[in-house]
Order: sequence, then C-alpha cells, then structure tokens
Amino acid sequence: MTKAIETDRRETGSAPGRGAAVSVDGVGIRFGSFQAVSNISLDIAAGEFLCLLGPSGCGKSTLLSAMAGFEAVSEGDLRVGGAPITGPHPGLGMVFQSSEALFDWMTVRQNVAFGPRMRGATRAAQTKLADEYLGLVGLRHCADRFPGRLSGGMRQRVQIARVLANEPGVVLMDEPFGALDAQTRQVMQEETDRIWRASGCTVVFVTHDIDEAILLADRIAVMTAGPAASVKSVYPVDLPRPRDEADPAATELRRALRADIGEEVRKALRDQGLDPGLDQDVDLKGNLR
Amino acid sequence: MTVAAAGAATPQTRRRPVGTTARNLRSLGVYTLSVLVGIGIWQLLAMSYGSTLVASPRETLAAAEELARDGTLANSVIASGRRILIGWGLGVLVGVPVGLLVGQIKIVRQFLEPYIEFFRFIPPVAFVTLAVVWLGIGESSKVVLIFYTAVFIVTLNTSAGVMAVSESKLRAAASLGASRRQILRGIVLPSTVPHIVTGARLAMGNSFLTIVSAEIVAAQVGLGSLIWTSRNYGRIDWVFVGIITLGILGFVFDRVLRIIASRVLRRYGVKL
Repeated sequence: MTKAIETDRRETGSAPGRGAAVSVDGVGIRFGSFQAVSNISLDIAAGEFLCLLGPSGCGKSTLLSAMAGFEAVSEGDLRVGGAPITGPHPGLGMVFQSSEALFDWMTVRQNVAFGPRMRGATRAAQTKLADEYLGLVGLRHCADRFPGRLSGGMRQRVQIARVLANEPGVVLMDEPFGALDAQTRQVMQEETDRIWRASGCTVVFVTHDIDEAILLADRIAVMTAGPAASVKSVYPVDLPRPRDEADPAATELRRALRADIGEEVRKALRDQGLDPGLDQDVDLKGNLR
Repeated sequence: MTVAAAGAATPQTRRRPVGTTARNLRSLGVYTLSVLVGIGIWQLLAMSYGSTLVASPRETLAAAEELARDGTLANSVIASGRRILIGWGLGVLVGVPVGLLVGQIKIVRQFLEPYIEFFRFIPPVAFVTLAVVWLGIGESSKVVLIFYTAVFIVTLNTSAGVMAVSESKLRAAASLGASRRQILRGIVLPSTVPHIVTGARLAMGNSFLTIVSAEIVAAQVGLGSLIWTSRNYGRIDWVFVGIITLGILGFVFDRVLRIIASRVLRRYGVKL
C-alpha cells in the first residue's frame, strides 16, 4: 500500500517507541443499504490503550476493520498519525480473534518473521526480530514448532508477536482472548498489559467483557446496540496498574458500565421484538432497582 | 499421527510403536482376507458361467504369464503408464495456475466459467474421433485426451481451494505488508495445497477411466488397446488380464502419489 501512514519506527526494537494517534471523526460504515455504524467520533492518543465495549453485533469489529484498512468508511474521516487510512498497512497491526489467521505451514518463527520478510529485511534481521518478539511474549522456546501444535493461548501470543515484529504504531485487537478458557484468558490479559507497556504502541481493543476492559484500558468507549451503532459514552479508567479487580473504584466503574450496556442490550432485544420483562424494575444482574 | 499431550504422555509414547504395529498387522490381515474373498467369488462365478464368459483366476494367471513372456504385458503397461503420466502431469501443471487465477481474480473466473461448466460435462470418449482426425493416430491424440480429462478437475479443485482460504489469513497477510502477488504465492498457494492434491488424485482416477477409450482407435500398444484387440480375438482371458492390470496400475500410481504428497507436503496440511 501507499506510505501514507507515518508511524514511529524504532531502529532496533529494543527501546520503547511511541504509538501513533488515531482520530475517528464522524465515521459511518455502510454495507449496501445496511448501516453498520454511524457518526462515530473518537480521539485516541498516541500510546493510549482504548477498549471498545459493546453488546455483540454492535459494529465494534466493523469499526476495527475500518481502522485496519480492511473496510472503507462511507462517511467521515479516519486518520492514523494524521494521515488517512487507505488500506491495510504494516503500521496498523491486527490481532484476530481466531488463530486461523496464523499461517499453519510456517513455523512460529517464520510466522513472526513474516512482516519483516515482506518488507525485504535480511534473513539475519528477520530471525533477530522474530526471536526478540517471541522472547517478549515468552515463546522463544517454541520458535521451531508449528502453530497447530500449540495451545490456544500460545497461538494468540504468536499473533501478538507477529504484529509487534512489524513495529506498528497501532495494534488493533479483535476480541483476541474471546475463544480462550477463563484461566488462560486471565494470564493473557496480564501479559497484554505488560507487553503493551513494553512496546509503547497505541492499542484499540474490542471486547464485550466488562472486566477485561477495566483490567486493560486507559479509556473505555461504550457502543450503542446496532444497527447504525455509535459511541454512547466514554469512561476514563483512572486506576493504578497493574489493576486490581477488587478495587472499590473498579467495582463502581463495573456497575456503571453494566447499567450502560444493559440498557443497550434491552434496547436491542426490544428492537428484535423480544421483551423478556427486564425493562423497568430489574437490571441485568437480576437486582431490583 | 495422533496428538500426544506433552508431559503425561511418556509411558504412552513408549508403548505406541507396538500398538501401531499390531494395528497395521490387523489391517493387513483384513486386506488379505478381502482379496481372498474376492478371488473366491470370482472363482465361483467362473465355475458357474464357464470360461467363454468368465475367465477363472487360474486361466487369467496363465494368460498373464503368456502375455508377459512375449513382452506384450510390459509394453502395454509402459505405453499406457507413459500416456497417463504425461497427460495427467500436463493437466496438473496447467490446471493449478489456471485454478489459482480463476479462484483469485473475479474477471478470469467469469470469463472461463462458461467453458469450464460446459466442457466438464462432455466425456473424453466423445472427443476420440476428433482427436484422431485432428492429431493423427500417434501419441499426441491419446495424451491430449488424458490432459483434457485431468485439467478441468484440477482447475476446479484448485479454484475451490482458493475460494476456501480463510479471510483472516488473507487480511493478516495484507496488514503485515504483503503485496497481492506475495499473498498469492505465499498465502493462497500454500493454503490451497490440500485441495490441489485432492484434485490431482481425482484427475489420476479420471485418467485411468479415459485411457481405455483413448486407446480404442489405432493404438498398437497399451492396456486399453490390449483389451480392445483381445475382444477381436475372442480372448476373454486376455481381457481379464488387461482389466486387472489396469486396476493394479491405478492402485500403485495412487499409492505412490499419496506417499509422495504426504511426505513432501505434510506441513501444508496434506493428510492421506
């Protein structure tokens, strides 16, 4: 693609770099006559960790796909580091929910070295970068294995290392731990926090898991139920890292987010003609209001 | 291969070779039994219908020895095997790139689809006369018929494989900086290998179906021509030799193809 997106490339990859800012201005995305998202505005600072939180089917992933350059925006303006997004770009890394995105016929090291290889790095540089980022995600010892032989959590680590080996300004993560078991997910969340701080990238992280968002995000953007979803509210998360779920402030935030999303879920159910009687007097946890 | 979990698997790993050997012996036993039962039924049929209609296993074996002694059998196997290998090989060589383009580029697909959908319903035997008229009675008419039968099936399987490549792999490659050409060579082709191998195996089967009709007209030598000329001499036993040799040759070719493919292409997910 074009070199439209200027991200901060690091010389060696060992010094913490800076992420690129993302600006979303009045963005709408249509597929034919279907309006997936509409009028979304968000300013994501360089190096920030932003979670997009919302009920399933609300267009979080669609917005993320647009940020990755996979989908074109129908209205509005989407910029990274000040330049408009014109298509997929190595400066915009994507971690997919499914480890199908890994290349099964390549070893773990070859997977991670893919980006550097595509941009014509020497073989020695490819190996050095791959091993460095495999070290960062704790998989140096698996470099010569094939992804099919790894556990789900390890495969997602490979995806993260593969994206970071391109030294992107922005890392986009689409429910990356959604398919993992609860224990593995918890470990991966802690690791993500550590890796993000080590890499200094801007992260946009899509999830429908409120606790995950509280654990990871600098800010949480709650989306309305689709179609024509937009951003309902943005919550700053001013909690010390590493985060503690039992923190009273976290509990307070969780309650607020749950109420906010619950309202959207109920609205979505009503739109589908389903009215399970949750409407007035009970919230999602079943507590009387 | 079974997936052995790391750690707890040590005692199991040690016992596995024995288990594998026992299992192999048992399946070998079943195969042998199956062949023996088949020969038994054949023998019964030969006894009840007589050797003018069904040559018995013993007569067939004797006929095979007779044909082997004067070199007819070996020459037939070599001639037919050569035609099949050349026609099939060309079919794979042409079918794979065409299938890749058909699967990957919409306008190529739309342009070629009518032809593919038209010709794949016309059996090669329908073209025997034309092939001889256009290409003469030499090798080329037979090879072209085999090529014809192989190329469509390879193309169709390859393009189906291309269209089945997971979207997330393509997106991942694009966002890691791969160009269109790099994606085609580096992602689409390797992801499609299992489909290509399936197509090549099906094409091999079709080539064997076609070789007999390809050798109907004006072939001096070959298993198909052996079968056709035996008919003229009224030698049912030779016909049996031709048919059985054809079956064995196909089995051997497919086995060799499977072994090579699963050895060389294992990392691409080819499991046969």
